[in-house]
Amino acid sequence: MHPVELAGVNYAYGEGSLRRPVLRDLDLTVAAGEIVLLTGPSGSGKTTLLTLVGALRAMQQGQCSVLGQELMGAPESVRVGLRRRIGFIFQNHNLLGFLTAAQNVAMSLELHPAFGNEAERLRAAERMLDRVGMADFAHTVPAKLSGGQRQRVAVARALVASPGLILADEPTAALDRQSGRDVVELMRDLARTSGVPILLVTHDPRILDVADRVVNMEDGRVVVGS
Amino acid sequence: MTALLPFRLAWRQLRAERARLLSAIAGVMFACVLVFMQLGFRSALFDSATALPQAMRGELFLIHPLTTALFRPESFPRVRAYQTLAIPEVAVAVPIYMTQSIWRNPVNGSHRAIQLIGFDTEAGAVSFPGLAALIPALKRPDTIAFDWKSRPEFGPVPALLAAKGPIVVQIGNREVEIVGTVALGASFGADGNAVMSETNFRRIAKDRRVSNIDLVALRLREGADPIAVQRALTALLPADVRVVTHDELVAWERNYWETATPIGFIFAFGSAMGLIVGMVIVYQILFADVASHIAEYATLKAMGFGAAYLRLVVMGAAAILAGLGFVPGVLASAGLYNVVAKATLLPLRMEADRGVLVLALIFGMCAVAGLLAMRKLRDADPADMF
Ligand SMILES: Nc1ncnc2c1ncn2[C@@H]1O[C@H](COP(=O)(O)OP(=O)(O)OP(=O)(O)O)[C@@H](O)[C@H]1O
Ligand SMILES: [Mg+2]
Repeated sequence: MHPVELAGVNYAYGEGSLRRPVLRDLDLTVAAGEIVLLTGPSGSGKTTLLTLVGALRAMQQGQCSVLGQELMGAPESVRVGLRRRIGFIFQNHNLLGFLTAAQNVAMSLELHPAFGNEAERLRAAERMLDRVGMADFAHTVPAKLSGGQRQRVAVARALVASPGLILADEPTAALDRQSGRDVVELMRDLARTSGVPILLVTHDPRILDVADRVVNMEDGRVVVGS
Repeated sequence: MTALLPFRLAWRQLRAERARLLSAIAGVMFACVLVFMQLGFRSALFDSATALPQAMRGELFLIHPLTTALFRPESFPRVRAYQTLAIPEVAVAVPIYMTQSIWRNPVNGSHRAIQLIGFDTEAGAVSFPGLAALIPALKRPDTIAFDWKSRPEFGPVPALLAAKGPIVVQIGNREVEIVGTVALGASFGADGNAVMSETNFRRIAKDRRVSNIDLVALRLREGADPIAVQRALTALLPADVRVVTHDELVAWERNYWETATPIGFIFAFGSAMGLIVGMVIVYQILFADVASHIAEYATLKAMGFGAAYLRLVVMGAAAILAGLGFVPGVLASAGLYNVVAKATLLPLRMEADRGVLVLALIFGMCAVAGLLAMRKLRDADPADMF
């Protein structure tokens, strides 16, 4: 079984006459350790797909198995539990402004019983910040970091709890070319060493080369999978 | 994951916005001081209103059933006092006269109503502090003891006494000599008090019928059961008097002020206003904290934090504000009590049970604000994050 398996997924926003199908009979698989980039025109349903896989939205129709958990009909509590096993990276870093980089990263570990006390959490957070090249900024608040640095902290936060899957939606959109490239390469390297699959939505053609596979979406369907 | 983590997050979030935190604390403190002052005044009123019955000695008392409060008693026949002696357990029956008369300020001549209390000072039925030493002097004609805790509008009597010795003042149309002071206290029913012997009371309050009295204090023999005697007296005496214990006399007086006047309601209303204003301030602060962190909260939800964790963050912030506002609030109130007590001579002081009550009210106030602000958390939708 693959970490992500979608079959016959349909999704629509709105009710009644306002109902707008966004995903139509969509199939997609992400294999263990695979890095998949999702591209396609604006409005083609990439973000919607990602929120379904990330258990941020309830499924409407079809099958969607993520890390062995079937999400069709899964209650909120199951979805909250699954989210703890997924690393999310958003377009905006969304770090808590009143916490330092290390404290932000350590927040991820509060949900994991293996890290019983704050000292352990902060040590693990600092190790992770070291791996994203942010060791010197562990005690800095996000407001004093550049955009690229903040996104590195967000990457550290997504990865520190050893997730089984990484989901990212345009993580480079708010960054300049070079920092965007750096962040994506960082994600790839970290994923490679721990064998975590990545599903990453992007409009940025310059980063397509980091992918094992590029999936192209159009109007709610996968049109090209290479 | 321990329950303390959301509280810590709440504290870190509050701490990051100093100005917001300080205004929230000031809001809670304001509510706290307001409630303390209202409750303090309320209790001071009831304390001072019952100072007179509190000072009465005696196991049982006779009052007219229609007497609502001691500052305006209904009188009843003096003979009721003597009738009680038919019960062997009654050792002494002391009639007490009360009326209001007009006092002329010895310094500027202004007039003010004063409560006159007359009784056999040697019978030991009343125990105002300072009275014992004045008993011989009060036997002389036209002498009174002045309540030094009366409102200052009566004139600087204690100072005059200290400077000149016994002074002569006018009560009603009569010149009387003040031989000393006792401590009783101004109440909402009487601005000031003068204590005198029964004979002097009759001289000063000429329009009063001597055969009518306002209160009787009964001293029982050693070992007598007040409740049994109360029952026997009730059976013995006609319906124009009611036999009450000392506690019942105090409760009777207190009940008048609590229920028959809007005073109790006014203070409850004032307290409620303080709590509502404080609640709105705390709500706005908590709401602003949630609203300005919606994206971050939604991210926490996406990371797998449950709704309960975020609710605890909001409630934790509410609890922290309650605690941080209460501490300066209780200190400021204690200080204000001192200032106001000096200015008004009302018995205002900080009391532990009132402190506990206000602490509970303040936490309740912040909890309501937190519950209201929590609704904003629904806007933190992790599906909107990408
Ligand atoms: N919460 C929502 N309610 C209603 N319609 C929505 C909602 N979110 C998205 N849509 C609509 O669904 C369609 C697909 O949106 P989606 O965000 O999945 O596209 P996308 O491929 O991520 O586009 P982009 O590249 O611009 O991010 C769009 O037409 C959008 O307007
Ligand atoms: Mg999108």
